[in-house]
Amino acid sequence: MADAETGAGVEAGERDLTMSRAMVEAIETEMRSDEDVFVMGEDVADYGGIFDSTEGLLEEFGRERVMDVPISETSFVGAGVGAAQQGMRPIVELMFADFFGVCMDQIYNQMAKNTYMSGGGVSVPMVLMTAVGGTYSDAAQHSQTLYGTFAHLPGMKVVVPSTAYDAKGLMHNAVRDDDPVVYMFHKRLMGLGWMPAPEGPKTAVPEDEYTISFGSADVKREGSDATVVTLGLHVHRALDAAESLAEDGVDAEVIDLRTLVPLDEETILDSVAKTGRLVVVDEDYRSFGVTGEIIARAAESSLGDLEAVERVAVPDVPIPYARELERAVLPGAEDVEAAVRSAIDE
Amino acid sequence: MVSANDLQEMYENAVTARHYEERLQEEYMEGKQPKFDISAGQIPGELHLAAGHEASGAGVCAHLRDDDTVTAPHRPHHVAIAKGVDLEAMTAEIFGRETGLSGGKGGHMHLFDPDVNFACSGIIAEGCPTAVGAAMAADKRNTDSVAVAFLGEGAINQGGFLESLNLAAVRDLPVVFVVEDNDWAISMHKDRVTDVETAAGRAGGFDLPGERVDFNDAVAVYEAARDAVERARAGNGPTLLDVQVHRLMGHFMGDPESYRPEADVERARRLDPIPKLADRLRSEGVDDDTLEEIAARAKERVEDAIEHAKEQPKPDPATVQEDVFTNPPSGATDEEPDAGGPTAAAGGED
Repeated sequence: MADAETGAGVEAGERDLTMSRAMVEAIETEMRSDEDVFVMGEDVADYGGIFDSTEGLLEEFGRERVMDVPISETSFVGAGVGAAQQGMRPIVELMFADFFGVCMDQIYNQMAKNTYMSGGGVSVPMVLMTAVGGTYSDAAQHSQTLYGTFAHLPGMKVVVPSTAYDAKGLMHNAVRDDDPVVYMFHKRLMGLGWMPAPEGPKTAVPEDEYTISFGSADVKREGSDATVVTLGLHVHRALDAAESLAEDGVDAEVIDLRTLVPLDEETILDSVAKTGRLVVVDEDYRSFGVTGEIIARAAESSLGDLEAVERVAVPDVPIPYARELERAVLPGAEDVEAAVRSAIDE
Repeated sequence: MVSANDLQEMYENAVTARHYEERLQEEYMEGKQPKFDISAGQIPGELHLAAGHEASGAGVCAHLRDDDTVTAPHRPHHVAIAKGVDLEAMTAEIFGRETGLSGGKGGHMHLFDPDVNFACSGIIAEGCPTAVGAAMAADKRNTDSVAVAFLGEGAINQGGFLESLNLAAVRDLPVVFVVEDNDWAISMHKDRVTDVETAAGRAGGFDLPGERVDFNDAVAVYEAARDAVERARAGNGPTLLDVQVHRLMGHFMGDPESYRPEADVERARRLDPIPKLADRLRSEGVDDDTLEEIAARAKERVEDAIEHAKEQPKPDPATVQEDVFTNPPSGATDEEPDAGGPTAAAGGED
């Protein structure tokens, strides 16, 4: 296995891959080496996943290991929990994170709690893979980015890749982890033919397998004037903002959390110690979520370091349909830029 | 029996819905060519078109009044048209305009027209419980309104549907569940995800009547729905109707349908319910001129609605935070009540 915490030094067999292809590459590698790994979800077989997250798996592994299942999320998410408790390693796709409402009992009363309730006697090594995010007017029931909801409830590890490189390493780790992992991929990053990705998520990816440890945030851009902590699509929005700020001599550091549970507090605090200004950005609702949590952690541990804090998130409204309205609530690079400037001016 | 008047009305609803979907398909693709990009063009978001489903909407809604509730799923246009949803406001909503049904906040999967008690949910089977609730309200208030929940055959394995069947049955509520069986749940054929022959088979386990209507035939739907709606209106409880329809377009616009055998697509075209309904009208003595007049009127109505929608202003982003609540909490900005207490604060009675 390559030493790939950072990707440095990995050169052999690198190709540029879309994020979806990188995820599938990790899944197929895990399926080849472990008969206990299987995939189930709606439209994961012939369709290859609506967002290409299982593209091509049916052809290699057949319908027993790549299972289309009825539209019955309670049943098949729960079946994933049960199979995992038997020692299998199911990868269960919940087509949109928004559909969590249908099956939340299985997610948070079963999947997330069975290990604790059994006093550690039961393990649930499953991956719940799910699509998040807006930007294409899919409105209130198909556009949410519910990072905070899943990270709030104890017992689930929560993974959010922002690049193909990270997506592959995090997926290898997710499948091998003995705990339930919620793997939240942003649709806009997948590299779909019908939903063009921004520059950035398509990266060089080694052919060899590698893991990225959970709880290791990645400094995607170093800077000394402000710390921007973010994840998923907004890593790219923040990098765009940082480029624009750099033209004015403002040097922003961009931290990609990569996992919410566990959270790499150390990387955040080290950066804040350096910059003194913390800007937290995500695509989830503003109140009671990731942005507030990160700021609280920094305040608890490093209050003296904090000269300014800002957060950029979706105001507390459901995601609207019309483009003008959706754009008004989803944070853009310009919002991140404004927040950094505001933090510096404080 | 179906009256000549009802037949013509069903035909008009069906051809309106068909022309609507064909025109929306064109309008949707405008700006998304040559390479399909879901976030480009003049109609935002996903678009699930219902061409091939018209027999269901027209046949069922022929028996409904404005005070009857309908809930529709993510593929709602044909049902909305047959229920009498304001076509101009609905089209403006689909185009994401300020004068749309929801001012551009809802979108094509979330059409709400309270004037005719029509609502949608984009989450599979989740319109069923709210239809049961509307029926519960009618039952408690002793009105003879009924509620109809439309869903796809892919939804019949979902708890929201199965639990609703039971609640409606045990409380004898005036609900009709209409399963539109188009064989496909996106790429999953019903044979691979459901083990019963037809959705009507779900009824027996919950002790309510279930009826299968085959052949994608509007008149057969009309007759079955008449009995079901009468039963509900008379206080005799719910019915499950299972209506065969066909999907003439993809699951959503941009669906390559590579999973679907060509023979299946041809079969759907062959079983188009609209020519069948036209034949029935002819056999009842309606001449071709009349049919053409109906079609022309329907087309004009659709064209007018689309033209209207395109002329409407786009929503003002400043309104984006309105409508989260009916009574918005004013929070910290709230004024302290005066010494007179709530009565005085509300304007007082003295």
